[in-house]
Amino acid sequence: MPKKNTDKRFTKDHEWVMLDGDIATVGITDHAQEQLGELVFIELPELQREVVANEACAVVESVKAASDVYAPLAGKVAEINDTITEDPSIVNNDAEGEGWFFRLELDDPDSFEELMDQDAYDEFLETL
Amino acid sequence: MSDSPSPIDPSALNHTPLDGWHRALGARMVPFAGYAMPVQYDLTGALAERCKGGVMAEHLHCRSAAALFDVSHMGQAILSGPNVAAALERLVPGDIIGLKPGRQRYTLLTNEAGGILDDLMVANLGDDRLFLVVNASRKEVDFRHIAASLADGLQLELQDDRALLALQGPRAATVLARLAPSTASLGFMGVAPVTIAGIDCLVSRSGYTGEDGFEISLPATGATALAEALLAQPDVVPAGLGARDSLRLEAGLCLYGNDIDEVTTPVEAGLTWVIGKRRKMAWDFPGGIAIRDHLDNGPPRIRVGIRPDGRAPARAHTEITAEDGTEAGEITSGGFAPSLNAPIAMGYVRRDLALDGTRLNLIVRGRQLPATVVPLPFVPHRYAR
Repeated sequence: MPKKNTDKRFTKDHEWVMLDGDIATVGITDHAQEQLGELVFIELPELQREVVANEACAVVESVKAASDVYAPLAGKVAEINDTITEDPSIVNNDAEGEGWFFRLELDDPDSFEELMDQDAYDEFLETL
Repeated sequence: MSDSPSPIDPSALNHTPLDGWHRALGARMVPFAGYAMPVQYDLTGALAERCKGGVMAEHLHCRSAAALFDVSHMGQAILSGPNVAAALERLVPGDIIGLKPGRQRYTLLTNEAGGILDDLMVANLGDDRLFLVVNASRKEVDFRHIAASLADGLQLELQDDRALLALQGPRAATVLARLAPSTASLGFMGVAPVTIAGIDCLVSRSGYTGEDGFEISLPATGATALAEALLAQPDVVPAGLGARDSLRLEAGLCLYGNDIDEVTTPVEAGLTWVIGKRRKMAWDFPGGIAIRDHLDNGPPRIRVGIRPDGRAPARAHTEITAEDGTEAGEITSGGFAPSLNAPIAMGYVRRDLALDGTRLNLIVRGRQLPATVVPLPFVPHRYAR
C-alpha cells in the first residue's frame, strides 16, 4: 500500500531522503552544503538509470574540489531537478528543500525505514 | 558525500607562527607541505560583515579590496658572500648580477636536464646579500642544492624564525600606507626594510595573485601583532590556500608540482623570459644545452590556458585529446574561476595544438568535454606600474 512518510531520513554520506509511495526524493543535507562551500557545478544522473544503494550517481563541485553524491537506496532515476544544474546556489540556500537532486523509484520502499532518522543523523554529526 | 576531511594529527605537522590566530578566526585547517594551513575561514562577527568567508568570497574580496595570506610555510633564506650574485647565477638562468639593490626578480633553479627544481623570488638586499623565498614543498631540496654549490666564503642562512605574510588586492597599498607611509613609494618588484606597527619587516611589492600587493617578511614573534594590525583595517579579510590557488590560476601563474617540475623545461612552461639576455649567450646554467635546444627547435609541448565550453571544471590530470581524437596532452591545474564565473585550466599540449583558439576535448568522467585554448592570464594582471 503506498504511504506518504513525511519523515526525513539520512545517510552517513550526508544525503537526505523523503518517501512518497515508492518514490524517494534525494538531496544533500545542510551540513553537506556548508562543508562544501559555494557550489559551482552539479551533474545529475540520467533519467531511467538504475542504481544500487551507495552507488555514486551525482557530482557536486565547489571552487576547490569535486564530490560524489550517492544513491541512498536501490532504484531507478525517475526525475531530476534541473533547476540546480542551472543554478547550483539553490542547493547552498535550501539544501533540504528546493535543492533536491533527483527522485528514485525504489526497488524496495520498505528499505527506507532502515535509514537514520533526524535524531540519529544529528547525533552522528556530533561525532564528526 | 565523499568529501569528509580527515582529522589532522597535530603532532605530525608543522605550524606557522599564526596557527592559533587562524583557528581563533574560524579557519578550516588542512595539511599542506607538512604544515597545518588554513584552506578557508568560517568568519563570524564583524569580519563576517566584511566577507562571509569561504574560498569564493575570499577570492572575490582579494580582487575587490585586500586579502591577507599567511605564507610562513615557505622557505626564506639569506645567501651572502663575495660575488654572491655570480654564485647564484651558477644555479639559475636569470640575470642576478644585474639585479640592483632594492630589487627583486622571479627565477628558476634548473637541473642538468633542463628541468625545473623550483621557482623562487630573489631580492638584492645590497652588501652582497640576496634574500630568497622558495616553495614550502621544495625548501629542503632547494637549500641542500644551493648549499652544496657554494664555494668558500659564501653562506646560506636559513631563516626558520621568520614569518611571511602576503597582503594582496587593489586596496593593499592604501592599507599598508596607513601603517607604513614609505611603502607608497615602493615600486613593483621593489624590496625595502620597513617598520610596520613597530616591527622591523622586509617588504617586497609582489605576490601570487595578479593583483598589486606586498609580501612581508618579519620575525615570527611579530607575526600575530602584524596580522592583527592589518586585519584592523576595514578593507582586509584573511584568506586561505583555497583562494590563493584560485587567484594564481586566474592569473596564469605556475604552481610547482602541478605546472612545473623536474621534467619540464622553462621553454615548455612558457617561462623563457626568466632567462637573462646575457645568459642566452653563454648558456652557463644547469640544463642550458637542453633549454637552448627547446628554444631553437621548439619544445614538444607547451603550457596553455584552457577554457571548457560548459560549466564543468576539469581538474589536474585530466586527459586532453585533439579534435581528431589523438592524444594532445594533460591538464596540470584546473578549477573554477570566481572572477569569471566559469571553469578554467592550464595544461600542456602538443606544440601543434598550442595556438589560441585551438579546439580540444577534455576527458572528464569518461565523457568528452569540448574546450578551447585561450591566452594567459585569464584575468589581467593589475600590478603597480
